[in-house]
Amino acid sequence: MTDSKYFTTTKKGEIFELKAELNSDKKEKKKEAVKKVIASMTVGKDVSALFPDVVNCMQTDNLELKKLVYLYLMNYAKSQPDMAIMAVNTFVKDCEDPNPLIRALAVRTMGCIRVDKITEYLCEPLRKCLKDEDPYVRKTAAVCVAKLHDINAQLVEDQGFLDTLKDLISDSNPMVVANAVAALSEIAESHPSSNLLDLNPQSINKLLTALNECTEWGQIFILDCLANYMPKDDREAQSICERVTPRLSHANSAVVLSAVKVLMKFMEMLSKDLDYYGTLLKKLAPPLVTLLSAEPELQYVALRNINLIVQKRPEILKHEMKVFFVKYNDPIYVKLEKLDIMIRLASQANIAQVLAELKEYATEVDVDFVRKAVRAIGRCAIKVEQSAERCVSTLLDLIQTKVNYVVQEAIVVIKDIFRKYPNKYESVIATLCENLDSLDEPEARAAMIWIVGEYAERIDNADELLESFLEGFHDESTQVQLQLLTAIVKLFLKKPTETQELVQQVLSLATQDSDNPDLRDRGYIYWRLLSTDPVAAKEVVLAEKPLISEETDLIEPTLLDELICYIGTLASVYHKPPSAFVEGSRGVVHKSLPPRTGSSESAESPDTAPSGVQAPEQPAVIPTQGDLLGDLLNLDLGPPVSGPPMATSSVQMGAVDLLGGGLDSLMGDESEGLRSDVGGSPAMGGGGSGGGSFAAPSTAAPANLAAPLGSGLGDLFDLTGGVGTLPGSYVAPKTVWLPAMKAKGLEISGTFSRQVGSISMDLVLTNKALQVMSDFAIQFNRNSFGLAPAAPLQVHAPLAPNQSVEISLPLNTVGSVMKMDPLNNLQVAVKNNIDVFYFSTLYPLHILFVEDGKMERQMFLATWKDIPNENEAQFQIKDCSLNADAISSKLQGSNIFTIAKRNVEGQDMLYQSLKLTNGIWVLAELRIQPSNPSFMLSLKCRAPEVAPYVFQAYETVLKN
Amino acid sequence: MIHSLFLINASGDIFLEKHWKSVVSRSVCDYFFEAQERASEAENVPPVIPTPHHYLLSVYRHKIFFVAVIQTEVPPLFVIEFLHRVVDTFQDYFGVCSEVMIKDNVVVVYEVLEEMLDNGFPLATESNILKELIKPPTILRTVVNTITGSTNVGDQLPTGQLSVVPWRRTGVKYTNNEAYFDVIEEIDAIIDKSGSTITAEIQGVIDACVKLTGMPDLTLSFMNPRLLDDVSFHPCVRFKRWESERILSFIPPDGNFRLLSYHVSAQNLVAIPVYVKHNISFRDGSSLGRFEITVGPKQTMGKTIEGVMVASQMPKGVLNMSLTPSQGTHIFDPVTKLLSWDVGKINPQKLPSLKGTMSLQAGASKPDENPTINLQFKIQQLAISGSSATDECHCRWP
Repeated sequence: MTDSKYFTTTKKGEIFELKAELNSDKKEKKKEAVKKVIASMTVGKDVSALFPDVVNCMQTDNLELKKLVYLYLMNYAKSQPDMAIMAVNTFVKDCEDPNPLIRALAVRTMGCIRVDKITEYLCEPLRKCLKDEDPYVRKTAAVCVAKLHDINAQLVEDQGFLDTLKDLISDSNPMVVANAVAALSEIAESHPSSNLLDLNPQSINKLLTALNECTEWGQIFILDCLANYMPKDDREAQSICERVTPRLSHANSAVVLSAVKVLMKFMEMLSKDLDYYGTLLKKLAPPLVTLLSAEPELQYVALRNINLIVQKRPEILKHEMKVFFVKYNDPIYVKLEKLDIMIRLASQANIAQVLAELKEYATEVDVDFVRKAVRAIGRCAIKVEQSAERCVSTLLDLIQTKVNYVVQEAIVVIKDIFRKYPNKYESVIATLCENLDSLDEPEARAAMIWIVGEYAERIDNADELLESFLEGFHDESTQVQLQLLTAIVKLFLKKPTETQELVQQVLSLATQDSDNPDLRDRGYIYWRLLSTDPVAAKEVVLAEKPLISEETDLIEPTLLDELICYIGTLASVYHKPPSAFVEGSRGVVHKSLPPRTGSSESAESPDTAPSGVQAPEQPAVIPTQGDLLGDLLNLDLGPPVSGPPMATSSVQMGAVDLLGGGLDSLMGDESEGLRSDVGGSPAMGGGGSGGGSFAAPSTAAPANLAAPLGSGLGDLFDLTGGVGTLPGSYVAPKTVWLPAMKAKGLEISGTFSRQVGSISMDLVLTNKALQVMSDFAIQFNRNSFGLAPAAPLQVHAPLAPNQSVEISLPLNTVGSVMKMDPLNNLQVAVKNNIDVFYFSTLYPLHILFVEDGKMERQMFLATWKDIPNENEAQFQIKDCSLNADAISSKLQGSNIFTIAKRNVEGQDMLYQSLKLTNGIWVLAELRIQPSNPSFMLSLKCRAPEVAPYVFQAYETVLKN
Repeated sequence: MIHSLFLINASGDIFLEKHWKSVVSRSVCDYFFEAQERASEAENVPPVIPTPHHYLLSVYRHKIFFVAVIQTEVPPLFVIEFLHRVVDTFQDYFGVCSEVMIKDNVVVVYEVLEEMLDNGFPLATESNILKELIKPPTILRTVVNTITGSTNVGDQLPTGQLSVVPWRRTGVKYTNNEAYFDVIEEIDAIIDKSGSTITAEIQGVIDACVKLTGMPDLTLSFMNPRLLDDVSFHPCVRFKRWESERILSFIPPDGNFRLLSYHVSAQNLVAIPVYVKHNISFRDGSSLGRFEITVGPKQTMGKTIEGVMVASQMPKGVLNMSLTPSQGTHIFDPVTKLLSWDVGKINPQKLPSLKGTMSLQAGASKPDENPTINLQFKIQQLAISGSSATDECHCRWP
């Protein structure tokens, strides 16, 4: 006698038969019939036609029958709203029943019937049940408010149920508290503006008390709610942490992870010097490790979260590498996550172990996993320098296996290793070349071609190798075509004599036979460069590449901080803020980590635009084609500046630099032949005679159209050397530094300016005395950045009374250094034929921002992460109405470079870097809200004392 | 919160659906089927699958996929833990959790699911309480119900539901009061060629079966509680007492439950109670290799090692093996190259061994791999960590 009998059908038709049975007089038969109906419903059969017959069975004393009918009602009431009204009376009556079980059941079921007409009748019974003497009824009613809110939010507000619900947070029964919190959280999620969970220390205390006594599910609700609270100081944060810590030992992993979230968040507020901070760190590791012995699905979610935790606080799990070792029977999704965390935890101390593991993984059967393992070996090499050699030899071993996808993957990562450690492991190239024919994936082919091109001079048959690829040029993917083009141009520049034909072939393939615009453009640029000036081409194509950074695919710091607030949620599984994917989130409250005590920044900022946010781009180790083109066009602003910048450097604007650099070298060539030293030679002098004579080694250069052009441009640029005021960084108006009465009639006013690498002090000397002044000289006291006059103060003629003279005094930063207070204080002595005068002035810091202050993107991420949080300083820039792009370009004028721009929840985030003359890097994050004229500026720097001055510089630049 | 639940069998049929809020069309499972198709094996289906409007969280147990549908931001662990609880409850109610059993008891299943969640919020998940609300089917009860017309739905509010000890029902009476504690320790170890341990970690649990009258208050102490690295307790355990005195103090649920699970990490090195002697050699130029392994006990404190299973993944070059075991049965699968040997008990006087030759692919160079050997075994009445041997257990009735 099992329930499967309910599924058997007879000839007459199921519905017909059931109808008859439901209307039977016999109780037992009725019940059996309802069971059959339910059974059909569970497998998705439509039995809604029986609605009236089933509802007729509702008035009964038999609890089981009642429950069954209720189950049916919940499922079908929506499709039969008019009939559902019939049931209302019974519900209302049941809400008065002496048995709390029946009262609760009635209110619970009514809430599940999503019919407007019924909800109207629900209000009165619900109000009573919320104040019922039996806590079981109260807790059921609490959930019912959430249900009702989902159906008709306005009704709930009008009836004042929300206030009653808030009162339930102070209920004496912990289960009621937990359910009230859960209901409020759910309502709050759909209405973020409602401010329902207004937490204060008293309510927090109640929640913490309830936390110890309620069910595991209630604990999850309460912990998630606690995580939204912002303690007022570190003492409060610590006391909450102390009371939450015991939850780490709960058997339910969801409780554990919610507790971890609360601790991770509040830990931000604790000072690192506290003993408690260390204890807490130690307590966090074991529960995280234990999560990894749970069922695989739980492990997966745990691992995704651990991935975040490891990025935020690597110290927690740094000794636990072994638990992330892959087990042979782990599901693939667990294996891949473990691998990711292993690389994040890899360090010099454990690298041997890790490598041995990875090598094993590379011989497994699952292709995806093997690929990722091989990549991981490469990432280890890049991350831990000491291990690079071992990694390379491991990769070579793997190449020897000749397993196709292993070889390809290995070649891709070896390319990255070459970039990280140039001129170290090139001995392996021969082995790589042996596998040329087996490569069939574009990424591997492109990597191999890059290697051949980059080391063409050490590969005897480089031209043959590249030529072999050229045969099927049009069948290759764009990635490969672009690499091939660049590689052949490199080869040509290195071995010009043997490869003319090849380069011509590839250029014509790229420019004439291809319809890919990227390829054509790159082809033309190379062609033009080679024909105009091979030396410049060499500078461009064979330029030293920036080293790739160690940490790749790190999550951006702000996003990471936000995600830490979402530990244990879907957001943490997807590593995206919830607004990016949660359906129907009508404006999600934007969460952020609490600031360390001392900073007064408000932590929660309401989000204005709930629009989707782009997934953070994963910075790739290998610059994609876009980056390459970018590199090419960005071609350092001018030739690399070495030593103190020349006062009159030739070119001003980035846009013409490409040609400027070329021209520099062009002029150099005339007299000195083919020389790679182009440096900062002020070459503009002899532009007139350039035509035709430049010693291009390439008779093969396709078209020599550049010859006349060269000299023409030379003339053009001649102009720039002498012109004084060109767009550069912001220059403040002159102010009086030394009033006449203090200096026996000499008045000095001035300002500082920076143009293309040279700092100058623009002075106006006015003679307000009655006698002629002469013999001027100037001297600076030692100062923080070593500013010193680069030339003597030259006032050509004696200064007659009531006459003034404007002088621009070039400065350099090679003087002796002494830290001043304030940091930008400069003490100056001026002498003339009358006396010596002293004054001091403050110089704006932006005159010290150098032109090559643009940090590479990955480098930025790694550095940002590297600089400890204590070094972060936050400022508010008020009343500035510019938009992000205007700001970027304005700041760029003062050598503050925008590295990335990201839009988070409608706010623009600008990531910027700048470098001071003494080599100090300052990283900045500027948060701009569209409707708010105040910007948030966060600065990170290894020398935090410069931060306020950098902030001043931002203010000055932005507001002028 | 949890919107709906679909149960799907191995062949991809949805054989049960339950909705706690509005009805979600079962077509949402198509996304799940897609993911299932992509995964090579059922175990590899990712636990979280996004669809345009919902998220599907699934667990795979007893050859059934339990797929929960959620619509808003819900902690995934919460959902997965809940699904596990559903599986446990079914198992508790019906003895086994299988498609047939669920279909046979579909109405009870439906009633139970309804009691477990309300609007997606967990309501009653302790089997003690559920069993009071919905009585598990027994043959006797079915017969009685048919005769007397009584129901298998309790009409009293479960007593434990709101007390401070929600896990225990009141009014429990036994003529024989007894409590059993099973300490089960699982050791995972990797041992290198020469026999030294590379990693070893112990996962332990204490499962209890308590049949005591009234509201007993138990205390349990350990010989060496320091060894336990990380413990997770049943909610009944008083954490404060453990923190301060390292004593387990609790009012137990009635019946079977897991009291705690713990973890002993590799730092406290443990003695592995078995060893394997191996001699596997390939020779250059020869198409035959020698294979010999022997399994023996080591520091078992006189306990017998049983249920020994040896499995080894042989190198690809091995074509076939001809082996003779001194006991048990063995199989070599020439396709997957997996050798498995069911040894059974180890008799310390006569150690089990497996000897013979391997035939290799002709002409191929000798395989350089050392095959890994997986060894599984059981020892009754021995706790390897030495930590959890209980000292004393006291029971007190208030």
